[in-house]
Amino acid sequence: MPSRFHKPLAIVPAYNEEGCVRGVVDEIRLRNPDFDILVVDDGSTDATADEARAAGAQVVRAPFNLGIGGAMQTGYVYALEHGYDLAVQVDGDGQHDAGQIAALRFHLDRHPELHMVTGSRFLERGGGYRSSASRRIGIRIFSALLSAITRQPITDPTSGFRMTTRHGIELFARDYPHDYPEVEAVVMLHHHRLRSAEVPVQMRARAGGRSSIAGHWSAFYMLKVLLAVLVGLFRARPVVQPGENAPVTAEHAI
Amino acid sequence: MDSRVQIVAIVVSSGLFAVIIELVRRRRLMERYALLWLASAVVLLALSIWRGGLELFADSVGVAYAPSALFIVALGFILLLLLHFSLVISRLADQTKVLAQRLGLLQNELEEVRAELATQRDGQSDREHIHS
Repeated sequence: MPSRFHKPLAIVPAYNEEGCVRGVVDEIRLRNPDFDILVVDDGSTDATADEARAAGAQVVRAPFNLGIGGAMQTGYVYALEHGYDLAVQVDGDGQHDAGQIAALRFHLDRHPELHMVTGSRFLERGGGYRSSASRRIGIRIFSALLSAITRQPITDPTSGFRMTTRHGIELFARDYPHDYPEVEAVVMLHHHRLRSAEVPVQMRARAGGRSSIAGHWSAFYMLKVLLAVLVGLFRARPVVQPGENAPVTAEHAI
Repeated sequence: MDSRVQIVAIVVSSGLFAVIIELVRRRRLMERYALLWLASAVVLLALSIWRGGLELFADSVGVAYAPSALFIVALGFILLLLLHFSLVISRLADQTKVLAQRLGLLQNELEEVRAELATQRDGQSDREHIHS
């Protein structure tokens, strides 16, 4: 079946990943030759940008560390301005398997009503994914909360392995959450009446570097995200109809 | 404790709480800067409703008139918030400096590229002129 997407982009946020960003870019290109690759270097102090450029990726460098939310949004703005109709987030640390990008795309092709698919580590038993106890508790809490809000099962609310269509790109380019964005993005998408689904994936242990997420995963950030999600429920959200631009101004996203 | 003082305290702290929530809802205040404000509002509200707690606290710090202890708590939060602002402003100032530097460097690079293009174009049109 030919894909309905003609200009796909892989967005790779990377912060001090000089050890593995080249491998990540190479693997994406090898497994998904029609994807353009953009590495967003989030103010790295090492040779991440040079490594990414040497691997043949487009590189956007932030002048200082924006945090994962700001870095990802940079990628979506790039995708919007360059007319991409499909964007997939792939972590720069190598924990997402580029071989499974095709599975995400296949799901979007088969379900034209969807705007985003998320690779979930927990849809299949025995996925072999391990993480710390505090993270597991956090994932549980947000999984329950988001499932209740969106009235559909969200098993992996913190997964950054996501693929969005043009509507999602437009929305995220204008408005993307800050510190721990994956959880809030699910709620945002829901409030904008965009639909998402999960696809089972396997994730690997990190190839190198330090997780931007583990560093963020503290009680403070959990509280912050909880507040954002709960207050977000009472926020008047403009409804996006298919074909319309997301009517949230960039001013609010800064 | 005089119930008038208590009523005023409750009204003020719940008003503060409502204003903060509304600001976050309207996206005028970012969540990460709202948490400290919310914490102060919640603690002040709790202490103004729960007399026993306030009196216990007043006793333990040696304040004879319990409602005055509310001021101590509020002052503590104000100091915390101010320090927090100073930290945030320092970071913002540093980031603004980096942005301005990057912008200047980019402008310089752009002007150089433009100048280079202009000399190339001049050379080309000169050649065309000679040929015609």
